Amino acid sequence: MPDPEAPIPRAPDSRVVSKKRTRFSLVWFVPIVAAVAGAWVAVTRALSEGPQISIVFHSAEGMEAGKTKVRYNGVDIGTVTAIRLSDDHRRVIATADMAPKTESFLAEDTKFWVVRPRVSGANITGLGTLISGAYITLEIGSSKEEKRDFEALETPPVVTGDLPGRLFVLKTPNLGSLDTGTPIYFRRLQVGQVASYELDKDGKSFTVQAFVRAPYDQYVNPDTRFWHASGIDVSLSASGLNVKTQSLLSVLIGGVAFETAANAPLEPPAEANTVFTLYADRTEAFEPPPENPQVYQVIFNESVRGLTPGAPVEFRGIKIGEVTDVRAQVDLRNFAFSIPVTITLDPRRLGVNIIGRGRGLDLAIVRRRLIESMVAHGVRAQLRSGNLLTGALYVSLDFFPDAPPATIDWSQTPIQLPTIPGQLEATEATVEDVIKKIDKLPLQAIADNLRKSLADLDRTLITADQTLHSTDRTLVSARGTIDNANSLVGPNSPQAQQLTNTLQEVSRAARSLRVLSDYLERHPESLIYGKKGGPQ
Amino acid sequence: MSAPAMTAIQHGLQSCGVCGLLSRPAPGHDDGRCPRCGEALAFRKHGSFQRSWAFLIAAAVCYIPANVLPVLTTTTATGSDSDTILQGVVLLWSPTGWPLSIIVLVASIMIPSAKIVALAYLLVSAQRGSVKNAEQRLRLYRMVEFIGRWSMVDVFVDTFTAALIQLQPLMSVAPAPGLFFFAAVVVFTMLAVESFDPRLIWDAASSNEVEYA
Repeated sequence: MPDPEAPIPRAPDSRVVSKKRTRFSLVWFVPIVAAVAGAWVAVTRALSEGPQISIVFHSAEGMEAGKTKVRYNGVDIGTVTAIRLSDDHRRVIATADMAPKTESFLAEDTKFWVVRPRVSGANITGLGTLISGAYITLEIGSSKEEKRDFEALETPPVVTGDLPGRLFVLKTPNLGSLDTGTPIYFRRLQVGQVASYELDKDGKSFTVQAFVRAPYDQYVNPDTRFWHASGIDVSLSASGLNVKTQSLLSVLIGGVAFETAANAPLEPPAEANTVFTLYADRTEAFEPPPENPQVYQVIFNESVRGLTPGAPVEFRGIKIGEVTDVRAQVDLRNFAFSIPVTITLDPRRLGVNIIGRGRGLDLAIVRRRLIESMVAHGVRAQLRSGNLLTGALYVSLDFFPDAPPATIDWSQTPIQLPTIPGQLEATEATVEDVIKKIDKLPLQAIADNLRKSLADLDRTLITADQTLHSTDRTLVSARGTIDNANSLVGPNSPQAQQLTNTLQEVSRAARSLRVLSDYLERHPESLIYGKKGGPQ
Repeated sequence: MSAPAMTAIQHGLQSCGVCGLLSRPAPGHDDGRCPRCGEALAFRKHGSFQRSWAFLIAAAVCYIPANVLPVLTTTTATGSDSDTILQGVVLLWSPTGWPLSIIVLVASIMIPSAKIVALAYLLVSAQRGSVKNAEQRLRLYRMVEFIGRWSMVDVFVDTFTAALIQLQPLMSVAPAPGLFFFAAVVVFTMLAVESFDPRLIWDAASSNEVEYA
């Protein structure tokens, strides 16, 4: 073993390169930088952690933990991280990690719902989710309070809060074919949708929330009328068949239409949540509401078949009221049946402008005088047939100057108006009269005479027939005679031949006579001396 | 070890770490250079403990985000997904795919952590001048040095996937921040191994006070 102290002689000297040495190695920057980078990432991750929320659903259909997103206007703002059943196994609780700074989305009244493909009468939504899968979306609430545990809606709300427009409340006794999402039309333009509806607590009417989009909501003012635009409205009138519809869509799925009467004064738009009545149809909607209606009674002693409550009361064709009640009554003293019909008159509808009304004169007294004078001038109530096909009746008020005079007992309630028998009754009487007259005719005698005349006629005809037969025979003999005559004068008949021969003889005789006369001319003496020269 | 082995340092000589040439140290405190290959010479690597510890701590620091952060972001038509290494292991675990899952688990999670622990053990034992198991510790060091580069497999797979799967708009894959930390873990452990002077392991055994470190 060599002495460790002794240098190894053959070992060469190393080259000298001067170098500065530092006590603290710069290498320590490496873990520091790594730590800083790690810390920075950790901090950014921590900052990018959003709130965690839980949403309760009825069903987790289409949802998948780790895949299903929470989206708002198409932007991912969270992911469902876990889906589990509630403790009572009835509902599904989805836990979602939200993106950072989404606390403002999570207001107390924020609503969540799942977007899936949905087909409802008016529209098809969520088609995109067929490919991408269902996702959760939300409508941001307006509350300042924040919340982390939510309950999801079963169906997406029709109207989201950020949509400009106004909600109005419609009251209707009959929901018709209305549904959430049913379109609302203004002059046949779809301007909104039914947002929701509910049966009132008393169970007698529905409260419908109708949403009208801006800018069309400005056309809804306190005077606007809403009506069911569902289906087809067919009416047959003197002017022909009228078919009124809104758009084809509303024919299929129903709808609500609104309009403001053309002559209505211009009013400021209605406030949101103004309550309107939803009328059954357009006509009803624009019928002026009865004002200060007056109840009268008219008593008829005839059949009121075809007269129903709601039937019109007309004055010379103008509807001035309607029948409200029809019932029968009997007077036990004389066992007389009568049918009092209660009618409601809207004097305003009469369109009579009351002029010359004195100051301080009560309107009721003016009306009373008006009716009294009308009755004095022969105004009577009468039942008339409104429709020949259906036999519907209406009450007509008209002037009958020939009617027996009547007075009005103002102490009665309701006041009775005088009546006269209806047209139908009068017509029946006339027809009966005619039938009676027909009955009185001596029909049997007429028939006997007629039969006799017919027998005579028969005989006459037989004689005539015989006469015709003999005439026929006469004609046949006449034809034989004519034929004979024909054979006598025919060109090949012997008579004709003989005639020809005779004529030839006559011709020859004439020639001989001419020769004789010529000879006598030249030899007149021969007449005395005879022929000279003898025979030639 | 029966008897302390003779070392160059005991003879006042420096050995070149590259070509193995023994040479006398430069006069004074200046560092010399190997007369044959020009490599910087020192009795022991300068600041070996300090540098090793620094890199090791850096690797350990990076190891946490490497495993917590996602390494890969997959964007498909249905949305985008980010997966960490452990999620990948779970995802790959299936009756047929479990070998692949185990490969990823071993290469990406167990080996880096094992390396860090092994290096820490080597450093602590060398600094405390432990003389026990010097041979095993040396073997451990060689194993760590050899295995180090293979941990980059994960990074390669990730980058290949990201480069190949770009089927816009159907599907695309992009590296996520965790991958950079994972690569940093691998690089830092390799640097730590590189900084560690294995001769320190038996310096203590040669019963000579080492003051060069």
